[in-house]
Amino acid sequence: MARDDSDLVASLRAGDEAAFSKIVSDWSRPMLTLARSFVSTQASAEEVVQETWLAVLKGLDRFEGRSSLRTWTFRILVNIGKTRGVREHRSIPWSSLGDEDSGPTVDPDRFRGPEDQYAGGWKSFPATWRSAEDDVLEVEVRDRLRAALELLPERQQVVLTLRDVLGCSSEEVCDLLEISAANQRVLLHRARAACRSALAAYLADEPSEEAS
Amino acid sequence: MTDEIAHLSCQDFVELVTDYLEGALDDEARARFEHHVGLCPGCDTYLRQMEETAARLGSIPPESLSPEAQSALLDAFRGFAR
Repeated sequence: MARDDSDLVASLRAGDEAAFSKIVSDWSRPMLTLARSFVSTQASAEEVVQETWLAVLKGLDRFEGRSSLRTWTFRILVNIGKTRGVREHRSIPWSSLGDEDSGPTVDPDRFRGPEDQYAGGWKSFPATWRSAEDDVLEVEVRDRLRAALELLPERQQVVLTLRDVLGCSSEEVCDLLEISAANQRVLLHRARAACRSALAAYLADEPSEEAS
Repeated sequence: MTDEIAHLSCQDFVELVTDYLEGALDDEARARFEHHVGLCPGCDTYLRQMEETAARLGSIPPESLSPEAQSALLDAFRGFAR
């Protein structure tokens, strides 16, 4: 166990309230963000986070430090989130890709057809975006991104949240979700492309490009 | 060199963007990708927008756990720690 972690675990086992308060306040925001990608309401996400912390407290005596306490905590959250997702009928098996994870991510109609001299080339280039520098636009952009995230299939949403919203590495995501690197990239690609398309509809005033 | 770019269509390019950004393309595929983006303003725009999307997702502020939930957890902790 890493030294920082063994100190922390010892404090928690000894009932140090300040130590517990600190990790609850430090970790609960990313935990809540991740939980939100498994379930459909903020209230359910709070329940997932609370359930996770209770499981952490229950399991603390059995914690052996093979991963960091933080990773261990997030892994518990993922397991609870996956179970919840199934209960909310939002889930298909995690190990394989689904129908929503294949096919083009940009509307084929944006490209020249097979009979064209430049087959597969853009009919017209994607419009460049207004720069969203001012605050009003920034807020709007974030709201649109949040809305686009929520519309994603569960696994795409979870992967994109971990990678781009929370800034985890691909290795961490594969390890946490127990998915292959190749599947992680597929889910990330589709999710980013869908969010790009949502932003394009707003920032470029171009028709939605996402393939249905 | 115009048929160099034809080895990779724009339609194929857009599906490789994440593999490229993740460093998952082999040397030859990466060279073809970079060659294409150097010649094609549309794909250059697309690549930048995918990067901008990823960056903007990182600026979504996280929600906090409600004070009620936090104090319920502290109560639970006191119950565990005896």
